[in-house]
Amino acid sequence: MKASDIAALLDEPACAHNKKEKSGCARPKPGASAGGCAFDGAQIALLPIADVAHVVHGPIACAGNSWDNRGTRSSGPTLYRIGMTTDLSEQDIIMGRGEKRLFHGIKQAIDRYSPAAVFVYNTCVPALIGDDIESVCKAAAERWGVPVVPVDSAGFYGTKNLGNRIAGEAMFKHVIGTREPDPLPADAVPPGIAVHSINLIGEYNIAGELWHVLPLFDELGIRVLCTLSGDARFHEVQTMHRAEVSMLVCAKAMVNVARKIEENWGVPWFEGSFYGITDTSQALRDIARIINDPDLIARTEAVIVREEARVRAELEVWRPRLEGKRVLLFTGGVKSWSVVSALQDLGMNVVASGTKKSTEEDKARILELMGDKAVMLKSEGARDLLNAVYELKADILIAGGRNLYTALKARLPFLDINQEREFAYAGYDGMKELVRQLALTLESPVWEAVRRPAPWSAKAMVVAGPEMGDSPDAEDDEPAAPAVGDAGFDPLAAA
Amino acid sequence: MAEIVRHPKALAVNPLKSSAPAGAALACLGINRGMPLFHGSQGCTAFAKVFFVRHFREPIPLQTTAMDQVATVMSADENVVQALATVCGKSKPALVTLATTALAETQGTDIARLLKEFRAQHPEFDHIPVAAVNTPDFTGCLESGYAAAVKGILDAAVPETRHAGKRKKQVNLLLGSHLTSGDVEAIKDWVEAFGLRPLAVPDLADSLDGHLISEDFLPVTLGGTPVGELATLGEAAATIVLGRSLHPAADLLAERTGVPDWRFDGLMGLDACDRFTALLAELSGQKVPEKIERQRAQLQDTMVDTHFMTGLRRVGIAADPDLLHQLATWLAGMGSEIVAAVAPAKSAVLADVPAASVHVGDLEDLEDLARAGAAELVLGSSHAAATAERLGVPLLRAGMPQYDYIGGHCKTWVGYRGTRQALFDLANLVVHNHEHIAPYRARLLVRDDREASQPQAAAGGRH
Repeated sequence: MKASDIAALLDEPACAHNKKEKSGCARPKPGASAGGCAFDGAQIALLPIADVAHVVHGPIACAGNSWDNRGTRSSGPTLYRIGMTTDLSEQDIIMGRGEKRLFHGIKQAIDRYSPAAVFVYNTCVPALIGDDIESVCKAAAERWGVPVVPVDSAGFYGTKNLGNRIAGEAMFKHVIGTREPDPLPADAVPPGIAVHSINLIGEYNIAGELWHVLPLFDELGIRVLCTLSGDARFHEVQTMHRAEVSMLVCAKAMVNVARKIEENWGVPWFEGSFYGITDTSQALRDIARIINDPDLIARTEAVIVREEARVRAELEVWRPRLEGKRVLLFTGGVKSWSVVSALQDLGMNVVASGTKKSTEEDKARILELMGDKAVMLKSEGARDLLNAVYELKADILIAGGRNLYTALKARLPFLDINQEREFAYAGYDGMKELVRQLALTLESPVWEAVRRPAPWSAKAMVVAGPEMGDSPDAEDDEPAAPAVGDAGFDPLAAA
Repeated sequence: MAEIVRHPKALAVNPLKSSAPAGAALACLGINRGMPLFHGSQGCTAFAKVFFVRHFREPIPLQTTAMDQVATVMSADENVVQALATVCGKSKPALVTLATTALAETQGTDIARLLKEFRAQHPEFDHIPVAAVNTPDFTGCLESGYAAAVKGILDAAVPETRHAGKRKKQVNLLLGSHLTSGDVEAIKDWVEAFGLRPLAVPDLADSLDGHLISEDFLPVTLGGTPVGELATLGEAAATIVLGRSLHPAADLLAERTGVPDWRFDGLMGLDACDRFTALLAELSGQKVPEKIERQRAQLQDTMVDTHFMTGLRRVGIAADPDLLHQLATWLAGMGSEIVAAVAPAKSAVLADVPAASVHVGDLEDLEDLARAGAAELVLGSSHAAATAERLGVPLLRAGMPQYDYIGGHCKTWVGYRGTRQALFDLANLVVHNHEHIAPYRARLLVRDDREASQPQAAAGGRH
């Protein structure tokens, strides 16, 4: 990929982030960087498309260390869980045999696994030596009559976020708009209801949470033409241009897809979330509002009233157990505000939110939700994070799997919110799982047991150890917590 | 002697291989206050980190030189010097392992020269040894990268000396990547039982066994071989090497210190355990302790009890070479047939695997070979779970990664007790998956069996 193509992808007009400094696009700091690469992001974004053969073109590390590693689920084909890579050897690289190997590799995947399509992910080494994967994919598609889509996502192009965008761009360029939706079978349509079609962009069906939401769409007569990409099929991605509205579910990462579908086919899009009662209802309302069918709007309101009443009643028993508990939420992007809303629905007190991957708009929403007392944590360093937990007297840390064992080593209750998790939190029913998981860790008797010193020892357990050296991914060149409302707070000064 | 078969496939499907830099990181994770650093793009590090976090269920220190597009095209030399300085300054490690990746090696890096530049620019970090190793992803596998890093760590931290035997009780242990933290713990106990002092390199039992420490957070490993102790390797009475892959590292140590060494491929099964025990008795001049005699007798009893489940059992195994060899040798010693043996990369030890052939390939190859050989049981990492499911046979999880098996990272396989427990585990899998003969209902018998109409009773099945 040319530098100008990367620059074009980074310049996303629909992204509020775009207007300010590109902090998310800054050069990574050697020896002090955390997080994945562009290939990681591209693979995360597309891997859930279940009937596609996902071929990673590169040496073993890219696929070998990462395949079979996500919580995304399929209701049908399991082809996406088969790891495939050209596993380039030294000879392949020196002798320039990578393209040939890829070409035959695509054939091998088609012959044995009959995929709906083949996606080829480019990685650092073939990008560096100049393998022309676009031409190989084109030739392979012509030869074997199966769509072969190049995803030029070398790790050194940039961050995971850029990788998401590259993935979206590949779908826009090669897949979306190449097929018309299949007609619905007559018996699938509820009588007297006009069916409307939508896209869910950035919904990955982690732990199957999409299935908490789909029954409501079925009931409302809303056809999800495509989720990009949870439990999706290749032919569904092809038809995304025929939706009446696109909902951008998770982060701004694939906002380019939503924007380009709007520009080319006039499909409006909005940003929403299925985390929490309030946000789920809002998302349903927004869909109905944009489709602008009075009957749908009325039926949506009825469903919202019914579902909210049902779930709130079920959550009532949990409320006293969770109410007032102090939460430190440390997750990037859209989750930094969407989960806030879910926790507030439960009467919990979100004392700070991480904003590392959040856009300006995300930050504004956090402020709106949390009010003046909102503390935004920018640093990714584990030391800063723990200090913030102590300083803000948080009862629980909610973060991604990367921080799971950091929290547990510090003997802190923890809830995993990111993609590797095994529980489904989306939709009204997801809230029931969320409260169970929150109570389970908050009320666990193990915390008291592991904080207690041994009977024969006076040594206090759990000491903060900043003198032991800092995590290299902590940012020392920027203030760790630009406190928005509470200017006096500085987590680095804590402990 | 097994025939080594390579599969001329364009695509590796369901990769068995994990990368060499990941192995180098693992070796460094067994050094106290160690910090592994990859020279490559951010993703190389992120993937390896997640790989180990999920396997060990522990925080894993791992850093990157973060090559971006400019560094990749122009030069990444400055990234290396800067990354070393940042890591040494911020995390205060006792040792750094700098491992290259495919990206850095394809670009053409000279890490030995870059390390010199770092030393010249940053004399304030002279006290921190840095092991620089070439581990491009396009050669070898986790095991070979681990072995290269062990050699690199010895090279960086062991001085040229001739004081062998000065510490009469000290026995150096060079431990291969096929050993779990539970294995390392068991081997150290074994040595201590003879009044000897083991010095394990690397010591995963001390760093990644999973234990809470009083500090809430450390940016480096929270245990492992103390770097200060590495200098005493040259004063030991003996070195015991476990794993064929470590022979180059062992050669270096012997050459540099003159400490005599004894080499073992694996420590599962009665034969290997007996040879190890006899060696310890000889080195210590002590009688074999009663406790170990008892454990030996227990293993013998278990071997007799479980041979019904292991005898003629057709087994498929997929693992890195040393582990494949250890597991296959153990099972062959119990009367099993190794009908499918797959390793991700070539190694001399593969020729000694007790099977007709060993295939260098992936888990798709394991699946095909196991199906063709009518395997009844598969041994492999969590990645082989789907393979076993499609084959319709149970999986005994061994090797890395083990995402879906709590405690797999610290399970003990070696020694009399470890082998005994492994036999129990394997025998239980066989018993619980025993295929019954389908009942036959003679047409010429007249009966009124109500439960016979239930579908599960009518077909053959498992209990």
